[in-house]
Amino acid sequence: MKANPTDVLTGIYYIDGDVAAGYGALAAGCKLVAGYPITPSTEAFEAMCRKGPQVGTVFIQMEDEFGSISAVLGAVWSGVKSMTITSGPGYSLMMESIGFGAMLETPFVLLNIQRGGPSTGVPTKTGQADMMQSRWGSHGDYELIAISPDSPQEMFDYTIKAFNLAEKYRCPVMIMSDECVGHMTEKVVIPEADKIEIEPRRFYKGPPEEYLPFSPDPDLVPKIAKAGDGLGLYITGRVHDERGYPVKNEEFKAKYVRRLVDKIRLNKDKIIELKEESTDDADVVVVSYGISSRVAVKGVEIARQKGIKVGALRLVTVWPFPDEKIIDLAKKVKAFVVPEINYGQIVFDVARCCHGQANVVLIPHGGAGVHNPLDISDAIESAAKEDKKIEGVVEFKTRLEKIVFERGLKLKE
Amino acid sequence: MKAKETKTQEIQSVPSKKGEIHPMENLLRMDRMPHIWCPSCGIGLAVTAFASALEKANIDPNKISIVSGIGCTGRVAGYVKLDSFHTTHGRPIAFGTGIRVANPKIKVVVFSGDGDLIAIGGNHFIHAARRNIDMLVVCVNNFIYAMTGGQVAPTTPLAAYATTSPYGCVEPPFNIPYIADSSGAVYVARWTTLHIRRLINSLAEALQKKGFSVVEVISPCGMYYSRINKLGDGLDMMKFYHDNVEIRHGEDTKNLDIGFQTKIICGKFVDRERPSYMERYNQWLSDVKGGSRDEG
Repeated sequence: MKANPTDVLTGIYYIDGDVAAGYGALAAGCKLVAGYPITPSTEAFEAMCRKGPQVGTVFIQMEDEFGSISAVLGAVWSGVKSMTITSGPGYSLMMESIGFGAMLETPFVLLNIQRGGPSTGVPTKTGQADMMQSRWGSHGDYELIAISPDSPQEMFDYTIKAFNLAEKYRCPVMIMSDECVGHMTEKVVIPEADKIEIEPRRFYKGPPEEYLPFSPDPDLVPKIAKAGDGLGLYITGRVHDERGYPVKNEEFKAKYVRRLVDKIRLNKDKIIELKEESTDDADVVVVSYGISSRVAVKGVEIARQKGIKVGALRLVTVWPFPDEKIIDLAKKVKAFVVPEINYGQIVFDVARCCHGQANVVLIPHGGAGVHNPLDISDAIESAAKEDKKIEGVVEFKTRLEKIVFERGLKLKE
Repeated sequence: MKAKETKTQEIQSVPSKKGEIHPMENLLRMDRMPHIWCPSCGIGLAVTAFASALEKANIDPNKISIVSGIGCTGRVAGYVKLDSFHTTHGRPIAFGTGIRVANPKIKVVVFSGDGDLIAIGGNHFIHAARRNIDMLVVCVNNFIYAMTGGQVAPTTPLAAYATTSPYGCVEPPFNIPYIADSSGAVYVARWTTLHIRRLINSLAEALQKKGFSVVEVISPCGMYYSRINKLGDGLDMMKFYHDNVEIRHGEDTKNLDIGFQTKIICGKFVDRERPSYMERYNQWLSDVKGGSRDEG
């Protein structure tokens, strides 16, 4: 299905990533945005409030993040596409309802402009330390999809993709961006509506008395319905049968939760998007996502000038994790280098898939800034020179860490 | 096809005499009976009253969504044959706000307990009242957290016992009609489960009201509140309501505090007009854009 022309603000813009994501949501047909202001995500919410009336999108600023995500879930069940926007502490507050959304198989999008944590952290600066939280943050077993754009143009494009994936797999989709991409201002091209592909909602169209809201199609995803259609929906966060009625025996638990997990795991090939470059004959592969993948481009370039064979693997889809790809590469390469703005999150999944066949180097960063490309090239260089197999994850000592921990940090600096 | 079979099978398993139909079968999910509520609990009465009010108010049941949170009253959504949503603890009002704002053709009824709506969900309660979202909130108040086994609630009267106030509750309770009134609700009433006819009339009236309406239903909890406080069984509590309820319509909501085994004032306290959220939103939209959304 093509996008609705009235939803698409076609044109060439010079805007930041937050605003681009907001325009992307409008183009995807998001008809209700509920949010609560939090730096550095607010611009996206503001942009949607400003342009919403133009395209018929309702906005509501709720009293807290619990309220905004709950309103989004309610809106989806009343039949519209919906999104919420948050960051840092707000993301933590939403965790319960993310699990609720996954349990109800509710298609919705959550834009998380990551900031420096933990707690209030550094609200105005960047971080990538919510990656594991996005995967495991809510209690219980569930699977969802997380995407990590690295430019304002991608914020627009991948917000649309996020909506499409949400509708296709009836699951929450996280856009795990960060402050750097959110506040980066670049050229963004919003194409004509007929160039934008939109996944329509999988509404049930059969006879009302035969509708089973949780009876899956062959791809394990059930057809959805909406309130007000006379179907007598029963939607609960309890483990339920195909009618939606709560059940508490272990057979149903096994059957239902297994499907929640499987509908993403078994459709992985169709969901995952990677950007791979020169990995065929590489000695070292840099695995990165979001803003770190943009910084890594420079690091890779410097390493190549030194004659090192480096490949780059960019995780556009971070969750579900591309296990097979890493397993495959691990057989061929010497080492993986993983720059991320945290003290090790995605790197452990890379190591898990390596099975000790290749070394894994983490280039950590505490947040409030991005990596120095020289650290990335140095890490690549030393990983290429390393001949012995090292178990576990090796942490690369960055210039910043040397300054802080070896020279000491004066308070006035 | 397989799906259809499961459904019929379930319906047949309901114990009923041949040919007998429950008078509320069109509004209750009979295939989910028996319900979970204990003997002497008042929630069933509140549900029956609500079902009668629905018939009385003559609203298309297909256009009503019932939203509950967590707790004993949180189970109500699952027994009523409407579009039912059993949401997370404390969030039914926010969830209902999303339904209503995204699709103004749907009437939202939030049916939940005092803990869900006034403790963990208190913030949503006051803000939905402030916005005047079109929504009927039925708050069943049994003075205690019953689903988890009788812990103290923000409505537990001073000095009453609960498992987490074993020496008597030391916190003054909330006066629900007063919060609703001062936050901007357009319709506020309180009844007990003894006052069934009045409760039905009140619910039917509130269902037709535009804006944020609150009906508090004082309900006996024979299993937890009554037992730990030695108040007898359900019948004794009904007897207490009979002897100690005073009906005072239009009473100032400030005067509606409930003490331990003191007089309970019931009635319709607030019935006023204020522009609802959607009315204001549409007005604003037509001012800035020259057009408005459909109002259901």
